Amino acid sequence: MRLAAAANEAYTAPLAVSGLLGCKQCGGGRDQDEELGIRIPRPLGQGPSRFIPEKEILQVGSEDAQMHALFADSFAALGRLDNITLVMVFHPQYLESFLKTQHYLLQMDGPLPLHYRHYIGIMAAARHQCSYLVNLHVNDFLHVGGDPKWLNGLENAPQKLQNLGELNKVLAHRPWLITKEHIEGLLKAEEHSWSLAELVHAVVLLTHYHSLASFTFGCGISPEIHCDGGHTFRPPSVSNYCICDITNGNHSVDEMPVNSAENVSVSDSFFEVEALMEKMRQLQECRDEEEASQEEMASRFEIEKRESMFVFSSDDEEVTPARAVSRHFEDTSYGYKDFSRHGMHVPTFRVQDYCWEDHGYSLVNRLYPDVGQLIDEKFHIAYNLTYNTMAMHKDVDTSMLRRAIWNYIHCMFGIRYDDYDYGEINQLLDRSFKVYIKTIVCTPEKVTKRMYDSFWRQFKHSEKVHVNLLLIEARMQAELLYALRAITRYMT
Amino acid sequence: MGKTRTTSAEGRERQRLPARRFRTTSPAALRADSVDGGSLLAPLLGLTDRAFSDCPDLADGAMEKMSRVTTALGGSVLTGRTMHCHLDAPANAISVCRDAAQVVVAGRSIFKIYAIEEEQFVEKLNLRVGRKPSLNLSCADVVWHQMDENLLATAATNGVVVTWNLGRPSRNKQDQLFTEHKRTVNKVCFHPTEAHVLLSGSQDGFMKCFDLRRKDSVSTFSGEATEAGPWEWAMAGWVPVLPVLSCHILRLHHSFAHGPTQDAESTANGSRESWGCPLYPLGLCSGPQAGQSESVRDVQFSIRDYFTFASTFENGNVQLWDIRRPDRCERMFTAHNGPVFCCDWHPEDRGWLATGGRDKMVKVWDVTTHRAKEMHCVQTIASVARVKWRPECRHHLATCSMMVDHNIYVWDVRRPFVPAAMFEEHRDVTTGIAWRHPHDPSFLLSGSKDSSLCQHLFRDASQPVERANPEGLCYGLFGDLAFAAKESLVAAESGRKPYAGDRRHPIFFKRKLDPAEPFAGLASSALSVFETEPGGGGMRWFVDTAERYALAGRPLAELCDHNAKVARELGRNQVAQTWTMLRIIYCSPGLVPTANLNHSVGKGGSCGLPLMNSFNLKDMAPGLGSETRLDRSKGDARSDTVLLDSSATLITNEDNEETEGSDVPADYLLGDVEGEEDELYLLDPEHAHPEDPECVLPQEAFPLRHEIVDTPPGPEHLQDKADSPHVSGSEADVASLAPVDSSFSLLSVSHALYDSRLPPDFFGVLVRDMLHFYAEQGDVQMAVSVLIVLGERVRKDIDEQTQEHWYTSYIDLLQRFRLWNVSNEVVKLSTSRAVSCLNQASTTLHVNCSHCKRPMSSRGWVCDRCHRCASMCAVCHHVVKGLFVWCQGCSHGGHLQHIMKWLEGSSHCPAGCGHLCEYS
Repeated sequence: MRLAAAANEAYTAPLAVSGLLGCKQCGGGRDQDEELGIRIPRPLGQGPSRFIPEKEILQVGSEDAQMHALFADSFAALGRLDNITLVMVFHPQYLESFLKTQHYLLQMDGPLPLHYRHYIGIMAAARHQCSYLVNLHVNDFLHVGGDPKWLNGLENAPQKLQNLGELNKVLAHRPWLITKEHIEGLLKAEEHSWSLAELVHAVVLLTHYHSLASFTFGCGISPEIHCDGGHTFRPPSVSNYCICDITNGNHSVDEMPVNSAENVSVSDSFFEVEALMEKMRQLQECRDEEEASQEEMASRFEIEKRESMFVFSSDDEEVTPARAVSRHFEDTSYGYKDFSRHGMHVPTFRVQDYCWEDHGYSLVNRLYPDVGQLIDEKFHIAYNLTYNTMAMHKDVDTSMLRRAIWNYIHCMFGIRYDDYDYGEINQLLDRSFKVYIKTIVCTPEKVTKRMYDSFWRQFKHSEKVHVNLLLIEARMQAELLYALRAITRYMT
Repeated sequence: MGKTRTTSAEGRERQRLPARRFRTTSPAALRADSVDGGSLLAPLLGLTDRAFSDCPDLADGAMEKMSRVTTALGGSVLTGRTMHCHLDAPANAISVCRDAAQVVVAGRSIFKIYAIEEEQFVEKLNLRVGRKPSLNLSCADVVWHQMDENLLATAATNGVVVTWNLGRPSRNKQDQLFTEHKRTVNKVCFHPTEAHVLLSGSQDGFMKCFDLRRKDSVSTFSGEATEAGPWEWAMAGWVPVLPVLSCHILRLHHSFAHGPTQDAESTANGSRESWGCPLYPLGLCSGPQAGQSESVRDVQFSIRDYFTFASTFENGNVQLWDIRRPDRCERMFTAHNGPVFCCDWHPEDRGWLATGGRDKMVKVWDVTTHRAKEMHCVQTIASVARVKWRPECRHHLATCSMMVDHNIYVWDVRRPFVPAAMFEEHRDVTTGIAWRHPHDPSFLLSGSKDSSLCQHLFRDASQPVERANPEGLCYGLFGDLAFAAKESLVAAESGRKPYAGDRRHPIFFKRKLDPAEPFAGLASSALSVFETEPGGGGMRWFVDTAERYALAGRPLAELCDHNAKVARELGRNQVAQTWTMLRIIYCSPGLVPTANLNHSVGKGGSCGLPLMNSFNLKDMAPGLGSETRLDRSKGDARSDTVLLDSSATLITNEDNEETEGSDVPADYLLGDVEGEEDELYLLDPEHAHPEDPECVLPQEAFPLRHEIVDTPPGPEHLQDKADSPHVSGSEADVASLAPVDSSFSLLSVSHALYDSRLPPDFFGVLVRDMLHFYAEQGDVQMAVSVLIVLGERVRKDIDEQTQEHWYTSYIDLLQRFRLWNVSNEVVKLSTSRAVSCLNQASTTLHVNCSHCKRPMSSRGWVCDRCHRCASMCAVCHHVVKGLFVWCQGCSHGGHLQHIMKWLEGSSHCPAGCGHLCEYS
């Protein structure tokens, strides 16, 4: 959309991040360095995301003032400009809120000590085997004075953090199973017990990093250059070109397959968008005419819920990097289990009885002041973000589509909106899109580039990132709702 | 009990009289208002002429009905007790029938009518009929018509508005179904006097007005609409929609104005459903993100203004609407930070609107004025879910919370800190409250998530005021003491004798009684202020000391000397002595001190360090007197003290110990000192003068000190002594004890220097006691300063917590005196982890741009708005990101170092403005 266009225009002038890094070395004279025996790390892959071609992504240096300020803030807060930021800057309005929240959670006043916060981040990201986030926070953890021993596994961490493991596990995969007993177990563990404020902080961190892991996989964020997997020491002479060449335009070779794949289906996907818009229009118009009966409305939710568990991709082609991350696992077998499978009946969570705006917010803000406000703002921005565009069309009211996505994710977690007709979801979201959503939200580590490419083929990358933002915020809210409801129940 | 009830009922009768009179006059007022509006409209619309001429009839009808309401109560006196009954499911809302004998409870899976009887609730009717539970029955809100006992309306979570007619003969009482809202309906509200008008507010951001005789809504109000100018709509050529006046008018209106109305409706509907096309014919701006109207949380018809209703929104706004003008609201203001969950019009005061929000506030607005004015604000402890004015009590309102807090509070808005009453029956959050009768202030009904329905009696409420501790005490910066207590208490106290505290501050404090303003007869407390006597020595010395002390950056000896000098100049002898003592103890005995001493002595008292000399002399004098060292007699010592001035009485005792310690440093002191004796004697009384009155030595101190004579000055004994002043100190003023300590130190001096060459460590305990003493005495400044100056040397002797305590007290004091720089220096120099963190956490500097005066939020040196760097250095022309110094004459400045350097070489302003800058 707007940003992508800007990026395209400005593409040739500035250097990409990796280009900057590469060039410095070229300028310094490669031969000399090699003689000195210094191993120079070189970036792997192109750009911040494996899914989105580098040229689509905003280049550092070509950002406008607002984005520049964002980058500056991000750099000032974290001491780096990470790939997540570079991808999220497609939506600067959201990014600002995101960075503010993350900064507050990690660095500002809060009940938990700094190293605990990063460790909880590691725990949460490790649940999804998200090595990217784990690596980042291992560095941060050590930087704020965390004990390196803890990194050898959860059993080396204090008992207090170990106790949190169970909640982390349930929250990440089956949040609807959280009960007030879980909360009680954490709050009443004698000397290892958590205070309510600490627990809320921890829960917010956990949910934040679960959903951030979803984003990382969903957008195929590449590892940072300073982290494992983000660089190689192999001299870049394999194909005998310097990284500078890449930024000069030669590297589009790599993207050829992608482009061709898109080209093949260009006509199909064009109709895809048209069809989707037509459906939205129809839904808008006929809404008043055919009023579904109450029973039907109820069953539609159940159907959607049930169906959501069959949408699962069969291809597990990508081998997940099983490196040191796994040390944070106790129970790898514990994964996402579909809502209401195995015959266990879990009552549907009614948003009208416990919602974020009325209840969740008040609770969080009470126990961890200001954070409720920040998260609330973030939810709002994510939910209401729109440029009124859809692929090549302008002036489109996308609220219906956004609501469908949001509610579909909540539906997967068993959260029901009384005032929503779940039939709309089926109309608006096609199967490949559902597969993508489901995978990102439930098992993000299994997302592949193919999945990313195969949904909404005609849409822009910025729109796909937008979808990802919706996904992660909806997921975070769903997890928070379950956790906070349990805390509320414990308190009453 | 019955008797009490009757009397209270009589009381009510009497109370109600004026109220009823007021009621009957109200339609007249209403009429006047309507006629007002009508006269304005008349020229524009022939239609309204007739409409408004019909108004009186209508108003009369309303009056008739209203009088029926009051007589309903007049006929049967309300009775009952505090009671509750179990419901099958959590309640979401309750509403009372106008006969005050029935209450309807609605929730997700409950919809029942209960009869309120004397002793209990009796289930009267279950409205949830049908085999399959429908979402239409999942109620978010319920309301009972205040004119018609048979009419109810519910708001369903799926967006349906349902009306119920209890008069229907069949089992299913459902009357009409309005499925116009797209999202959950949060609130429904009947018009207070009009039988067929129902208003609903929904999550989708729309409010709809229904006429119950029609199948669909008469008008739709969008929360998105902007505020209208006064009567602007008429100019725009709109035909007002007047659906509510009466059936007769309505029909007339529709027949007359059919076209325009239809247009209006269709446009309003179309705008929602079309794809971003212009929303309103009046050209309301709709940005790219419009269409996301804010959710409506509450709608309430004004009780006193026929056409007005208020709506509250999730974004914190409150809008006032004229029911006839669906295009834009009359007025909009931001009432809360975050969603406004509820509002309620005052039943008596026209234009008083109470709102409650997620920000835990209840606010009372006066909306009759040009701008909505906040009259009162009550801060509660949790987000406010419901607010209801208490009948017959002008300033009372009841609130309940949405989360965490389960109690119902009744507040007097004039007393916003303590609830007037509190009902604690519920075990889960209260979701609905209602006063049982619009003219009876003592019965409150409530429904809750804990599946219970309660009737609360006001007389059974717990009153937090009773339990509250109404005393307050606060120290002012300069030693003033303010004390507030219940008036009765104070009166009793002062009647007996002057306040007990006076005994402790006989000289410094006098009592001034300021009778506090009587608080509207609610509670009155007296505020007493004890002021320090003007001449009693302010805190000037504290500020001076804090500013002038050197704490780091120089060798220890110099620091001590400097500080001693400062103290002496401020007339604080003991402190000065302590500093000098510390120097002697801790600076390597062989070299520096000797040299220094010699130096100072050599210079004499004339110019160099007179303080030093006088100190030496005074404390050494006894030693000099007894040149024979160890076995000196007490008598000698006594005789010496006679020479000294009276303020040093304590030294007598110390001299006893000196029998062991004094090693007579006569070799180099003797000559000079003797020469200065006279001067010294003059000096000392002078310095001691301010403390003169308190320098009465407690008698008890003597025996203790005598004991010590026989034993070597081991640490534990010194400690004993240090403690003893406090034991006895209850009578003596603490100030008089200072000399004791300096004398202790003196004793040690002689040890350290000349006798056994004890390492400074030996004095650790002693110094520790000294610090403790100063801290106890109230001079935490001294304790902290010494702690910082001595650093590692003493730190290990004092436990972390105490240190931290001292630091925080001192920093607190400094900050209260606005000595920010000193306080920061102290924070920086402190070694206590908790203290040094102070500067790293919660420290925010807010900088405003020097050009546009706006706060610079993101970075401190670039303004986001005017894109200018706020502070450029006039020398190097770079942005200053740290200390900025500027000339107050020409307002140019820059980096501190740069400016300093520049002004060394030139006296003109570096910016070239020609100003002669001065740097001081």
